[in-house]
Amino acid sequence: MREITYRQALNEALAEELERDPNVFLMGEEVAEYNGAYKVSQGLLDRFGPGRIIDTPISENGFAGLGVGAAMVGLRPIVEFMTFSFSLVAFDQVVNNAPNMLTMSGGQFNIPITFRGPNGPAHQLGATHSHATECLYANVPGLKICTPATPRDAKGLLKTAIRDNNPVLVLEAELLYSSKGMVEPVEEDLLIPLGEAEVKREGSDVTIICYAQTVPLALAAAQQLEEEDISAEIVDLRSIKPLDEKMIFSSIAKTHRVVIVEQDRPFCGVGAEVCYRIQQNMFDQLDAPILRVAQEDVPMPYAERLEKAVLPNLDKLMTAVKKVCYA
Amino acid sequence: MPPEQRDEVEMLALMLLIRRFEERASQQYQAQKIGGFCHLYIGQEAVVVGAVAATRPDDYLITAYRDHAHALARGTSANACMAELFGKETGCSGGLGGSMHFFDRKNHMYGGHAIVGAHVPLATGLAFACKYRNEDRVTLCFFGDGAINQGSFHEALNLAALYKLPIIFICENNLFAMGTSVKRSTSLKQIVDRAEGYDIPGEIVDGMNFREVRDKLADIIVSIRKESHPAFVEARTYRYRGHSMSDPASYRTKEELEKYRLDDPITRVRAQLTREGKLTNEQFDQLDKNAKKIAIDSVKFAEESTDPPLEKLYDYTYANGAGT
Repeated sequence: MREITYRQALNEALAEELERDPNVFLMGEEVAEYNGAYKVSQGLLDRFGPGRIIDTPISENGFAGLGVGAAMVGLRPIVEFMTFSFSLVAFDQVVNNAPNMLTMSGGQFNIPITFRGPNGPAHQLGATHSHATECLYANVPGLKICTPATPRDAKGLLKTAIRDNNPVLVLEAELLYSSKGMVEPVEEDLLIPLGEAEVKREGSDVTIICYAQTVPLALAAAQQLEEEDISAEIVDLRSIKPLDEKMIFSSIAKTHRVVIVEQDRPFCGVGAEVCYRIQQNMFDQLDAPILRVAQEDVPMPYAERLEKAVLPNLDKLMTAVKKVCYA
Repeated sequence: MPPEQRDEVEMLALMLLIRRFEERASQQYQAQKIGGFCHLYIGQEAVVVGAVAATRPDDYLITAYRDHAHALARGTSANACMAELFGKETGCSGGLGGSMHFFDRKNHMYGGHAIVGAHVPLATGLAFACKYRNEDRVTLCFFGDGAINQGSFHEALNLAALYKLPIIFICENNLFAMGTSVKRSTSLKQIVDRAEGYDIPGEIVDGMNFREVRDKLADIIVSIRKESHPAFVEARTYRYRGHSMSDPASYRTKEELEKYRLDDPITRVRAQLTREGKLTNEQFDQLDKNAKKIAIDSVKFAEESTDPPLEKLYDYTYANGAGT
């Protein structure tokens, strides 16, 4: 194991899959000559050439659709959105074309495409650039969605996504690109299956369910809770769809208390579905109502103080945990 | 004549099959055997048949929702087409697509797409794949005059020109996007001028004239196979029926319709071939009789086919098994 950044981990995943399969190509705004808006594709143009690392004009709908069409005949496109907030311009391709094709064609055309890029609120980017899109896309049958929070998960999930025969959205955490973590050596083919959550920290009093940018937040809360004699188990979903119910339920069977901390909005957010499934399957196991910590239900304000008030934070999470623990 | 051009009598038979198939579809729709929306191609037969006559069977074809004819022209059986309209398991999309979503991978028919303009980027993806793999296939992308004001159309044309993709954008200009005439929807004097904005060579063809469509497309295809580039064709045509089965087409006059009927694409090919001694009246009657029989038989086939099994409801959401 060695320590690398989340950004490097993604870069390694791309390079390894481009190397392995000539059908894989990367396309998006500024991915080639500029080396990526967030430098995730650094050096790939030099290594793989302009035939496979392809700059596009600012036409998300157009190039996302181009990717879907290329996937119909067996190429394995990786389409980068500079941010998933911009994927909304390509919503029709991501929602109406990519995941519908297999059913509409009676099983003739699967779409092995990866849509990837930063997702979720970053820092003072305002309402248009701060979308957490996971709940929008999770509503669509035919899509798979993963939300890595660590460099290891970023690498392993992206590689798996590229090899998957379905449209997969890899929602990267914009605020975590420079974060570091331990990852297996390059020689090892690191693949992390979609649909497997991971316990990032074991505990016995309460389960905190989190993903993407709320994972570091949950870990920080766990540390602080320990000082107050509350032992929190941190379950990182890693994939939103498929959802790892099994791991969620087995953690709750141990702790009997749950807080869900999510980076999206509360109304029909990811936590709403998780919450529903828990009460349906684990009702008798619960010692307290489930609480959710999400964004406030408003368009994201620019002013830093207001933005902080909208986002989930340590205070909100601590309060929720103590409430379910009756502490 | 390039070697890929197909026998004219055969192509006339195909036009007749499309016409007779659509008439049967109309009848079955009225009998409520077909659900949803149903858009008929009657009147426009020379466009797709002319185009297919100029291509190889392994060239890619993709179109919008008025797609029955495109599948038939590509070689999908009338049985599979009618069964799809009936929502049966034997349909070309397994009964899961319906009238607007015909697919046939084997015959390189890539849909059947019902969101106006949304398949034009897909078409650039098909063409991109050909170029990526150094194949000399050409992609034919059909769409109506209603698609040319969608953003996806413009983005796709720009991408095709930028990447020099081997694709022909074929606008089937039947003068109406549903009930809105081109004059009321489009700021240009002629649709083909859209291509100029993207530095794509464009041509107007008489979409009621099979030979003209075929020959112009054949020339373009020779040029594309020599060196990959996009092209644009505005095929001026006319649909005899309304936009869909539920549209009485009261936005246009009887006189206009009659004018086009007199210029019928099938009658034209028949007259040309007869004049040249390549077709007798008896032969024509036989072709028409065959077409009618295939269409009638397809209804029987569709009626006798089974519904897609309920147990397979979840089988096509994800490839390689279910996801969630």
